[in-house]
Amino acid sequence: MNSPSSSTNRACHPWVAQVAVVTEVRQEIESVATYRLRLRDAEIARQYRFQPGQFNMLYVPGCGESAISHSGPSENDGHDLWHTVRFVGRVTDSIAKLNVGDHLGVRGPFGTAWPLEACKQRDVVVMSGGLGLAPLRPMLYALMAKRSEFGRVVLLHGARTPETILYPEELSQWQAQGIEVELTVDRADGEWAGNVGVVPLLLDRLPDLRPAQTEVVTCGPEIMMHFSAISALKRGIPETSIWLSMERNMQCAAGLCGHCQWGPLFVCKDGPVFRYDRIRTLLKVRDL
Amino acid sequence: MTATPEQLTIAAKSLWLDKKEFQSFLNVLREGGYQIIGPRIEQGAIVYGPVDRVEDFPLGWTDEQAPGLYRLKKRDDDALFGYAVGPHSWKRFLFPPQLDMMRSKKVGAGWDMEPVPVETVKYAFLGVRACELSAIEVQDRVFLNSTFPDEYYQQRRRDSLIIAVNCTMAAATCFCTSMDSGPRCRTGYDLALTELIDGYVVEVGSVQGATLIERLALPTVAAVQEERAEVARRQAVEQIQRVLDREHVQSTLKQRLNHVHWDDVAARCLSCANCTMVCPTCFCSSVEDVTMLVDQEVVRQRRWDSCFNFDFSHVSGGPVRDQTRSRYRQWLTHKLTTWVDQFGTSGCVGCGRCITWCPVGIDLTKESVILCSEAGLDKPQDSPL
Ligand SMILES: Cc1cc2nc3c(=O)[nH]c(=O)nc-3n(C[C@H](O)[C@H](O)[C@H](O)COP(=O)(O)OP(=O)(O)OC[C@H]3O[C@@H](n4cnc5c(N)ncnc54)[C@H](O)[C@@H]3O)c2cc1C
Ligand code: SF4
Ligand code: SF4
Repeated sequence: MNSPSSSTNRACHPWVAQVAVVTEVRQEIESVATYRLRLRDAEIARQYRFQPGQFNMLYVPGCGESAISHSGPSENDGHDLWHTVRFVGRVTDSIAKLNVGDHLGVRGPFGTAWPLEACKQRDVVVMSGGLGLAPLRPMLYALMAKRSEFGRVVLLHGARTPETILYPEELSQWQAQGIEVELTVDRADGEWAGNVGVVPLLLDRLPDLRPAQTEVVTCGPEIMMHFSAISALKRGIPETSIWLSMERNMQCAAGLCGHCQWGPLFVCKDGPVFRYDRIRTLLKVRDL
Repeated sequence: MTATPEQLTIAAKSLWLDKKEFQSFLNVLREGGYQIIGPRIEQGAIVYGPVDRVEDFPLGWTDEQAPGLYRLKKRDDDALFGYAVGPHSWKRFLFPPQLDMMRSKKVGAGWDMEPVPVETVKYAFLGVRACELSAIEVQDRVFLNSTFPDEYYQQRRRDSLIIAVNCTMAAATCFCTSMDSGPRCRTGYDLALTELIDGYVVEVGSVQGATLIERLALPTVAAVQEERAEVARRQAVEQIQRVLDREHVQSTLKQRLNHVHWDDVAARCLSCANCTMVCPTCFCSSVEDVTMLVDQEVVRQRRWDSCFNFDFSHVSGGPVRDQTRSRYRQWLTHKLTTWVDQFGTSGCVGCGRCITWCPVGIDLTKESVILCSEAGLDKPQDSPL
């Protein structure tokens, strides 16, 4: 026999989901809901840990699986996992049909996390577009949980219209807990007195920015993150202080299926959170 | 694998297996509990499948290959291994085209989910070429050197016996010499054969191999047989005409992502995925649900997929690589450059299958020369990968 070199350092089956029970469904905005899930196996639930920025594969038997980020507090273990889902296709539409008490499968957590350590004692600018706020919410919770360990924290969030701003009732709570919140929309209605325009504009105009002391974390459509990074660079924030979360097709989330390849990287395991300087050149190549 | 002193002494002595004894050799493998997988003729090609008897082998047949061309031809002897490589590779036994990964059973209003247990099978892979030994090592890095090692692959790999065969001829599509992967089998086998007209020179590469072959009580090979085997092996080296400048392509191709020649290849490529299906290192897969018994049970089934398939890179806005150009570019740059970044080895072992089985005869050795040339560059490129 040949002894292939193997490093079995995790006795976990990458392809097998754990059964989870839906404990709450919260309608957010149109076609978006947040699901609270409890892993059915109490021991596995107790051991489950994740970091802000990581994601799970959510599975509906007979329909398939989707990568969905954690959107809840990272102090939670597997008894209370939160996922905010937009219903856009086969799998997510079947998630939309789930009610409290229903089962689905959960594999994870997978992927890299937001750079909480690198943010310690520094200012943090959180830039999100649309549903991109969901993967950043655990980061915001973590910043609030140890608020004194971080400098100024600013959330710059953009949505298409005022009605599609995610988590509206939480925003004022966050402000109360020391987070500056700036909102913008692509299209305003009669009521809206706030900003109109894209998210990077908010950074262009952000007063009292201390570029050398600031970390920028951003999640949203690729084009929005691209321009957010450019705005950050223009404001003098170094490449090594800009972080973004990429989205690609994922089947396994374990670096085995090949779908999420992006140049030399696997978005599922080298990402989804990347530091800008490591992917700057990749972002510029069309259809990579 | 580092050889123990014991193995070194085994390996030092090659043995002689007379042609008449080949059936006994097969019997010894079978008695050792192995299911023998070897070459056989199916649908006009030499493929890998179960073999038990000498008559199952492609006795006296060879393959003629060229870009977009594969043909079986009669040899003027009755060699069992007188061909190069066919459309199959051993990956179909270690990483099967379809595999059930997980089962969900309906219980009341909910579900139970459990892994599909891996059945143990002991294969003896008989007729593994040098480039294929390399390909297996490449896939070891993908499936075993991972945070999440693939259990199925691991079991089959651990329990399988590898009987390599040194090439004594090469196809016109072979370029293992460029990829440093052949034609001589160097490591990674339990036994290695060199076929001569009257028998086989047998080299022993592991304790398992030694233990099995001991049962035949074979004589040590005579010096003249050794010499004949060396001549036969040299013949393969001399026949290899195709070249790929591995290191040059590896470093240059990354800087050619906007070369106009990608459009030229894209105009010919059918995006049929044949090249990825026959490649012994390609590992991409998708997972789909297969529903049994009207929703009472659902199986997650992993299937080979290909970066040439339109939906492969699908995200909400549509496929990221929505053109043949970007899909071919993904495939070639992955094989020859980014694979090295990911796994520390080239993703190409120079077996030539993708050249032979491409319906329009696209030849990566030729395309990569043009793509790496300065001519056709719009403007100087920075290094995007
Ligand atoms: C790391 C990561 C985190 C994500 N986090 C969230 C989140 O928190 N909330 C949320 O609503 N969505 C999130 N997404 C996007 C979500 O995975 C897709 O919207 C979802 O897979 C669409 O599947 P579908 O079957 O409903 O759509 P269809 O368009 O019918 O998709 C068919 C298949 O394509 C694949 N696919 C389609 N779109 C995507 C996509 N954008 N990314 C990856 N694969 C895709 C899936 O494998 C799916 O099975 C995330 C994606 C990634 C990669
Ligand atoms: S890329 Fe082509 S020549 Fe290289 S290993 Fe794959 S099939 Fe063989
Ligand atoms: S290169 Fe040839 S085999 Fe590969 S997808 Fe294109 S046409 Fe098919």
